[in-house]
Amino acid sequence: MAKAELKQDATEARIAALAMPKGGKWIAAARAEALARLRAMGLPARRDEYWRYTRPDTLTQADAPAAALFDGKEPPVFDSVDRLRIVFVDGVFDAAASDDLTMSGVEIERLETASGADIHWAKDLYGVLEARGQKPVDRPLAALNSAFATDGVLIRVTGKAAKPVSLIYTHASETSDAILHHVVKLEKGAELTLLENGPAAARFNKVLEVEVADGARFHHIRAQGRDHERRAATHVFTRLGTESQFKSFTLTVNGVMTRNEAVIELTGDDAVAHIAGAAMGDGAFHHDDTVFITHDAVNCESRQVFKKVLRNGAVGVFQGKILVKEGAQKTDGYQISQSLLLDGDSQFLAKPELEIYADDVACSHGSTSGAIDMDALYYLRSRGVPRKEATDLLVLSFLAEAVDEIEDEGLREEIVSRLTGWLARRGS
Amino acid sequence: MLEIKNLHVKLEAEDKAILKGVDLVIEPGKVHAIMGPNGSGKSTLSYVLSGRDGYEVTEGEATLDGVDILEMEPEERAAAGLFLAFQYPVEIPGVGNMTFLRTAVNAQRKARGQDEMSAAEFLKVIREKAKTLQIDADMLKRPVNVGFSGGEKKRNEILQMAMLEPKMCILDETDSGLDVDAMKLVSDGVNALRDAGRSFLVITHYQRLLDHIKPDVVHIMADGRIIKTGGPDLALEVEKNGYADLLAEAGAA
Repeated sequence: MAKAELKQDATEARIAALAMPKGGKWIAAARAEALARLRAMGLPARRDEYWRYTRPDTLTQADAPAAALFDGKEPPVFDSVDRLRIVFVDGVFDAAASDDLTMSGVEIERLETASGADIHWAKDLYGVLEARGQKPVDRPLAALNSAFATDGVLIRVTGKAAKPVSLIYTHASETSDAILHHVVKLEKGAELTLLENGPAAARFNKVLEVEVADGARFHHIRAQGRDHERRAATHVFTRLGTESQFKSFTLTVNGVMTRNEAVIELTGDDAVAHIAGAAMGDGAFHHDDTVFITHDAVNCESRQVFKKVLRNGAVGVFQGKILVKEGAQKTDGYQISQSLLLDGDSQFLAKPELEIYADDVACSHGSTSGAIDMDALYYLRSRGVPRKEATDLLVLSFLAEAVDEIEDEGLREEIVSRLTGWLARRGS
Repeated sequence: MLEIKNLHVKLEAEDKAILKGVDLVIEPGKVHAIMGPNGSGKSTLSYVLSGRDGYEVTEGEATLDGVDILEMEPEERAAAGLFLAFQYPVEIPGVGNMTFLRTAVNAQRKARGQDEMSAAEFLKVIREKAKTLQIDADMLKRPVNVGFSGGEKKRNEILQMAMLEPKMCILDETDSGLDVDAMKLVSDGVNALRDAGRSFLVITHYQRLLDHIKPDVVHIMADGRIIKTGGPDLALEVEKNGYADLLAEAGAA
């Protein structure tokens, strides 16, 4: 059988295992279009160039592989942060566990409720940013999400949100397979911090579409942790207007399979997009950060900072591209991806790319893999710091550039406390 | 205090002998200086005493207050009271100077079975000590040695020494890269720590540091051995005549 046919069969097998949710006209149309996109592309297969370093099979197969539930005692991240909580259990909205969804300057609506309407503001964004992000590279798991997502939230921000909106994903069933789709629209000058945390499900497919209008600011801090056997494929698609800001940070702690894709389009002049990640993996851990940033306006800044700490056979992947279109002059693009390999068994695979069609730009990229700096370790130990503590300090030192991307001090400390906790729980 | 007997050391990687029988006894409260040409083994001695990897002791011993230190981990030697001021202090991005020092102070206290210093107490002590070394609040907050000038790095070493209060301090070419004013500041910091219970081993190329930190004993090291020991005058003699005569004398002996 030809390769294309095999791919088609696998895609149809996955589609057959899913049910398209009911909904009003606007969403039914968006879902149908997404399904058509998915069928045209086919689900990712091992031979696909974009999946060269990450095996997609467990993310695409019809049934989710089981994942044991987290049995650790530490409280969830962000617990001490004042925020509006929206809880999903295995991908289903839990009203009882969530806060009241009203906040000044912010409209929050559950996808299921909104999809009952015949028209909705989200019509211009749901599946639309995702579809834009399908060129020049296919992202079939995102199209699958737009077609079959059963839940999620639609957030429209008209002012400065008084506190962060926090999406909390709880995992309750060992075989849950969750598909969530969120849309965030920040109107001109609006500002929102979105928090996300939790393992969500045995397998989690999530799309977040974010429209950042002129002068608006969006901050996103995500913590992926807990259940070690969890699998996730997530996408964030964003489009930035003039003088707007998008800043996203992700902490990933363990997890047998994670692919986080980000597709960022700078369409208004003087926009700023920063995306950062700190990942720590021990043993059965595969973490893939795949980023595509398109500069399509003048004087924009983009920054990618990805750091991974790997041990006991953990694997880290980074695929990052900056595309500077013709006319996107004065672009300032920065990209760094680094791994700290704590032993000889771990692996880091990186593919940094620049594609530039404008002549007045400053773009840099760098990628390194290295071990703990022995001089620094000796220096710390010579001051009386034991080897284990000294190594932990150097791990934090390595991750600092990524963690420092979190502007809010309180939230940054929440993340740092997670990192130190993870390190403290591990032997040397 | 520190007693070194017939110490032989080779580089692990190259199987090359560096120290070829060093004997040295430093009494409590004394300041000893070691001078010598490049490659004589001065810095190696400081690394071996503080426990850096890559060196193999093939013969001899080194004890601190009668306890063998050569088998100890570097952190154990530090907790036992040994301190090395580095010739090239290491930069550690992302770790605040203050956090680093507090971690070190408390790790040593813990190793000695003492209570950890509270944040408030630590802050009070460090502010006071930093002030005399003209180290401002900004330098305490910044990542360890990152973006520090040569002089700032050396002052930061002395601040660490002042906070850790070791009994045996080794200064490895602390004068390198310092201008006259910075040398004075660093030397004042060292002199302020001179105490009947604390000894110093000052490694230097040049006599000028010893104008500020006055030694009790001066040793000349060459080709992995101490070839001559004398009083402060010996340093002046080296400054004036160079090492050639001393080396010839030792060769002839």
